[in-house]
Amino acid sequence: MAARYDRAITVFSPDGHLFQVEYAQEAVKKGSTAVGIRGLDIVVLGVERKSVAKLQEERTVRKICALDDHVCMAFAGLTADARIIINRARVECQSHKLTVEDPVTVEYITRYIASLKQRYTQSNGRRPFGISALIVGFDDDGSPRLYQTDPSGTYHSWKANVIGRNAKTVREFLEKNYTEEAIATDKEAIKLAIRALLEVVQSGGKNIELAIIRRNQPLQIFSAKDIESQVAEIEKEKEESEKKKKKSI
Amino acid sequence: MALQDLLRRRPRSPPPPWPLPPPCLAPASTPCPLPHGTTTLAFRLAQGVVAAADTRSSCGTYVACPASRKVLPVHARLLATTSGTSADCATWLRALRCQLALRRQEDGREPGVAEAAALLAGGLRAQRGRGLCVAVALCGWDRAGPGLWYVYSDGTRLPLDVVAVGSGSPYAYGLLDGAYRPDMPPAAAYALARRAVAHATHRDAYSGGCVDVFHVRQSGWVWVSHGDVGELRGLARALAPTEEDEEEGAEQTSVDQYKPAGTSLERH
Repeated sequence: MAARYDRAITVFSPDGHLFQVEYAQEAVKKGSTAVGIRGLDIVVLGVERKSVAKLQEERTVRKICALDDHVCMAFAGLTADARIIINRARVECQSHKLTVEDPVTVEYITRYIASLKQRYTQSNGRRPFGISALIVGFDDDGSPRLYQTDPSGTYHSWKANVIGRNAKTVREFLEKNYTEEAIATDKEAIKLAIRALLEVVQSGGKNIELAIIRRNQPLQIFSAKDIESQVAEIEKEKEESEKKKKKSI
Repeated sequence: MALQDLLRRRPRSPPPPWPLPPPCLAPASTPCPLPHGTTTLAFRLAQGVVAAADTRSSCGTYVACPASRKVLPVHARLLATTSGTSADCATWLRALRCQLALRRQEDGREPGVAEAAALLAGGLRAQRGRGLCVAVALCGWDRAGPGLWYVYSDGTRLPLDVVAVGSGSPYAYGLLDGAYRPDMPPAAAYALARRAVAHATHRDAYSGGCVDVFHVRQSGWVWVSHGDVGELRGLARALAPTEEDEEEGAEQTSVDQYKPAGTSLERH
């Protein structure tokens, strides 16, 4: 059944599916995990990073990119598609400033990216973008925002979300652990993001890339050393809580 | 979509079918081809670029604004002195600001003054013949040190050490050419810039108001002074050492200051 309706993006199947869009979502599920957390004064993006080959320069393998001084995004899926979307979004951020003299709100740029993706699901001769994006930032009024888009062009606001491989496992972890105390301070929010990634990332802090935006401050990308120290703290806390449990038993 | 149009460098909309209204601001009897009334200048030192401008915006013989800002910041290390049609300058500098911000995002480093000049000149060149009048001196500090580029709306782009733009520029050049030295201390440079603009406002009807002096250093631009031209114009007062001048030692407070270096007043 699917075989007859999945060649062209512009053809619905009889039961109402756009198979090309669904296949694009499959491509996203193969991408490396990306998690986003919205705190009170901070937004955190964490990405699982494939190990960099020995001869490869580390700097070119960035999966968290700034769109403007106050907005950044991480993605899961086809890297080349993401690069195109990021370039267009960056131009749109500046164009907005030129026409309106105000920086974009996170929702505006999310809507722009989502509309771009939707346009590619409704033209012939093109295929959908094979990425889901997590877009974080602060609006003019100081409120933190986290949005997620997917290849079909829909977008939603989230308190915390995860995309890519093993998204279900990590989302369950977040649903259990995203509490008032967990995001009470910036440090706690960062730790929550790392703990969520450690659920599915093998070999710990080496393969995690982390970035934060604090209110009125530019994007800050964590160095490998900072991530290692955070991971060490988290493991110490885990050990201590396990010791306590053993004692109480 | 405005920035994307600029980047595409082709005018999107066709010209309207009705006759365009004549430009009402250009004084018809002016034989002088210089841009509209203003005096702005900038010159390069070892310690950065000093820029100065008057503050009179004229609309023919009517002073539209006696307190306008003609030195506009583009980013922390780049200033632009504006001359010509104020609206054109403001719009194109806003567009330049956005283009440079985009480049900074994409390349990960601050674009240089030459690059900014090329972007601006290229954009203006694409609109040549449509009546834009933009004469801008881009003063900045980039990886190569202090940079000064003059950009005109026909696409002219010149790297210069000393530039004065506007209807008062010949008068300013008279003072600048005599006293400018690339190794001037900043205090003397500020005094020279102030003097040159003040003198130009004395002779040029379309320049006046106050004198703004700016300095672009490695750490960014600073607004040095804002002085009323009436106070600066009195010869003795203009030549008296101010607080900044006194840092570098007293200069001679006499009419000899106006003597160009190396010539004597007696010669004809």
